[in-house]
Amino acid sequence: MEQKTKVNAEEGKQELVITREFDLPLEQLFKAFEEPGLFEQWMGTKVLKMENKKHGSYAFETVHNGNVVFKANGTIHEFVKNEKIIRTFEMENTDFPVQLEYLEFEKLTDNISKLTMHIVFKSVEFRNKLLKMPFSQGINMAHNRLQEIANKLK
Amino acid sequence: MNLRRDVFQAIADPTRRAILLLVASQSMTAGAIAANFDTARPTVSKHLQILTECELLKQEQNGREIYYHINAKKMKEVADFIEPFRKIWDDRFNKLEAIMKNFKSK
Repeated sequence: MEQKTKVNAEEGKQELVITREFDLPLEQLFKAFEEPGLFEQWMGTKVLKMENKKHGSYAFETVHNGNVVFKANGTIHEFVKNEKIIRTFEMENTDFPVQLEYLEFEKLTDNISKLTMHIVFKSVEFRNKLLKMPFSQGINMAHNRLQEIANKLK
Repeated sequence: MNLRRDVFQAIADPTRRAILLLVASQSMTAGAIAANFDTARPTVSKHLQILTECELLKQEQNGREIYYHINAKKMKEVADFIEPFRKIWDDRFNKLEAIMKNFKSK
């Protein structure tokens, strides 16, 4: 089966492209990015600020068990309804430099729309580091789980 | 295994990728592999050493010859390294789709 979400990361390039086709009209897809209440639900993060306009800014925060586990912010450079969002994205309290994101929304049919997220990084190394993050976290999580089980057996 | 050797660095080199493709079809000796390239034999040996160190290739003694063959398990691991990242976005987007479908019907 063809995968709905695709990630294209060409070797030696400091960028990556995420594409996805949605069984949604273009307006519905865009709304999910525009309305903080909806955005919070699918991104699983709290929206502290979201000014959807040129030179506006945004901030997200994810709290788990009372601790802030993820914090990010950025500036909106362009915001064209049902068409595109150009913004910077910076994860706080990490060594990742700010990245530039081009989000393009396209209508394919009345009920199918497509999102293209083009992300540009400071360097190839930072792009690869971000790509590998969930991979290594997965391994760490599996390892921690093993450790937990091992501890119980003691 | 030498820790300097990053598997992603190993496959970033076009000659090393060509070697992997070559060996994927059949086990070969260093000499037979080198015969497929214009590069000097010591250069090919160096590539084989790197690929072996990061476990993409395995060595097998067969009489007086050492044969190189592909380590399928490691290759699969590398091919899949982007998958957890893709999965995160796929999960998010599936959620988005489900939420917005509900939103529409309201």
